[in-house]
Amino acid sequence: MKKITVISGKGGTGKTTVAANLAALAGDLVLADCDVDAPNMHLLLEPEVLEKEDYQGAKLAVKDNQKCINCGLCEELCNFGAITSDFEVDEMKCEGCGLCVAKCPTDALELVLHKTGDLYHSKTEFGFMVHAKLGVGAENSGKLVSRVKDDAEEVIKKANKELLLIDGSPGIGCPVIASINGVDSTLVVTEPTKSGLADLKRVLEVVKHFNIPAMAVINKYDLNQELTIEIEEFCNQSNISVIGKIPFDKVIVDAMQQGKLVVKYDKTSKPTLALKKIWQNIQNKLKE
Amino acid sequence: MKIAVSVNNNTGLDAELDPRFGRADYFAIFETETEEVNFINNAAKNAAGGAGIQAVQTIADQGVSAAISGNMGPKAYDALKAAAIKVYVTKGGTLQEVIKAYEAGALVEVSGPTNAGHAGLR
Amino acid sequence: MKITVLSGKGGTGKTTVATNLALSLDNVQFLDSDVEEPNSYIFIEPNFEESMVVNRKVPVIDKTKCTSCRQCVDFCEYNALALLGDDVHLFSELCHSCGGCKHICPEGAITEEDRKAGEIKFDNEVKGLQFGQGELSIGEASAIPVIEALKEHIDNDKSIIMDAPPGTTCPTIEAAVDADYCILVTEPTPFGLHDLKMAVEVVRVLDKPFGVIINRSDHDSDKIIEDYAEEEGISILLKIPFSRQIAQLYSNGTPFIEAMPEWENKFKDVFSKIKKVFE
Repeated sequence: MKKITVISGKGGTGKTTVAANLAALAGDLVLADCDVDAPNMHLLLEPEVLEKEDYQGAKLAVKDNQKCINCGLCEELCNFGAITSDFEVDEMKCEGCGLCVAKCPTDALELVLHKTGDLYHSKTEFGFMVHAKLGVGAENSGKLVSRVKDDAEEVIKKANKELLLIDGSPGIGCPVIASINGVDSTLVVTEPTKSGLADLKRVLEVVKHFNIPAMAVINKYDLNQELTIEIEEFCNQSNISVIGKIPFDKVIVDAMQQGKLVVKYDKTSKPTLALKKIWQNIQNKLKE
Repeated sequence: MKIAVSVNNNTGLDAELDPRFGRADYFAIFETETEEVNFINNAAKNAAGGAGIQAVQTIADQGVSAAISGNMGPKAYDALKAAAIKVYVTKGGTLQEVIKAYEAGALVEVSGPTNAGHAGLR
Repeated sequence: MKITVLSGKGGTGKTTVATNLALSLDNVQFLDSDVEEPNSYIFIEPNFEESMVVNRKVPVIDKTKCTSCRQCVDFCEYNALALLGDDVHLFSELCHSCGGCKHICPEGAITEEDRKAGEIKFDNEVKGLQFGQGELSIGEASAIPVIEALKEHIDNDKSIIMDAPPGTTCPTIEAAVDADYCILVTEPTPFGLHDLKMAVEVVRVLDKPFGVIINRSDHDSDKIIEDYAEEEGISILLKIPFSRQIAQLYSNGTPFIEAMPEWENKFKDVFSKIKKVFE
């Protein structure tokens, strides 16, 4: 059983599109959408939800108005500005540290677990999928990401499949780190823009730090041949294989508008052929 | 002396090694002299963050001198070192098998974390 | 007036809109608060003259006063403190800087010291605007201290254009919470619509006036966004077409109004439309 996480550093490079199309080419696998802030895989794969769970992700301070004597000590102490001038708890700002709870002279405050998101176990055309969505304003600590990944790892053990494909989140923070923990390889999807290259470098620093192998795919490569070459050279110097290049082609968006994956929508299109080569290269790499 | 092993249930010596340390289901605390085994819940399993550290605190409070798991993240590893607890990893097996291997000196003591950890960098 | 440019989804064109809008106006302070992956500097090309470290506070335990009572360990919700051997150890990446442990310690053994969270940098005059950006140190969990530090440098005598982090979680909220108006950038695809809805939720929770800009607009595809906007009574401020020329300028780090100056007036119109909301 192998695990791959698709990441990008920069948002919008085509991470989810590539991941979903690879899933279609793999045909029978387990999927995890670890971009819990802005999950998009389900838009391409139309999963049937089998189980849904209220994810209790954070503790927040809750005040019992009967006990409150309006002394204002909580407001004085709170480092996050989470107690209003009326001495109410601002749930968006509260980080659940418990200081107000510990110091309230009348025990009017307590820390209570709150729902911060939804977790789903679903079924798609290509296999089981675990995904989740954090609520607005929630703290994306990586905890829900770890939960999605852990659940997916249990699902794949039971389902006895060979590949776990994880759609990671953009950025370089804890959610990304949580989504690459313990995987066999990362697949970094980048684009030939200066912004894309800058973010590629930052995300590869993170990947390198944990000694996880990386492979790269350049999406929309023909948009800027010079930058594509620059990216290839950078990857070469960093010992990262560029295992494929996908052309900038409207057919990918057309397919999406029709609710289809490009590898199914147009089997002979250039992006489809590029994706097939990428899938072939991934399979070869995993065998190494 | 006492050793802690991360396990996936608390039924007995045929419990399987839990490959995770910080978020293991239970810890089996084995006393080498009396050969007694006690199972404790791992409260860190549901921690928002720093599960590895909370898990180390839990077993350190039991007075163990060694910890055995399948993997050890960087925070857990550092915490175990600070607590002067020796760290071993092994591939799998039942609690009985793991203890036997430990007593036979067949387990590898690690000198660094074995994986990335779930959050944050060191 | 403070305008924050955000998008539920990464890669829709937030930085494209924010930079081109800022360059089309006068008397602007541009702040890049996407502190994990700031990109606006690629288009504005600042020479940073000022750079400041952003610190947050973490605890320091005085061993001579510590009695190992563990109250701080038991108090910390983030497992940043542990009693190992005879000493209390701090795991600073987990520390949320709540300041609680120092209040909890019965022996007064805990004080605080600075830990670097990131940096903010400024160039006070580049391409006709004032430019600032925040950068989060790799491995730091919270972008908030860096975004807050950036906001402390807001010059209220100028029009503020703030490029927000993508998504809808805490850092985006921090960038939008003090705005007068929010511009939501989207693309006319199912991904764009899905994430636009999330961004709309954010601005509604924050009770901010807002409008939408469609990037990579195309007459046929736009319908998916236009229908939603009509249902919800949301105004579409501008459409930037799906154009290879614009895409290539972006890929080279060139703000497209520099090569297509007719767009300056279009962005000026957007600003006028926004100002009207407050009259």
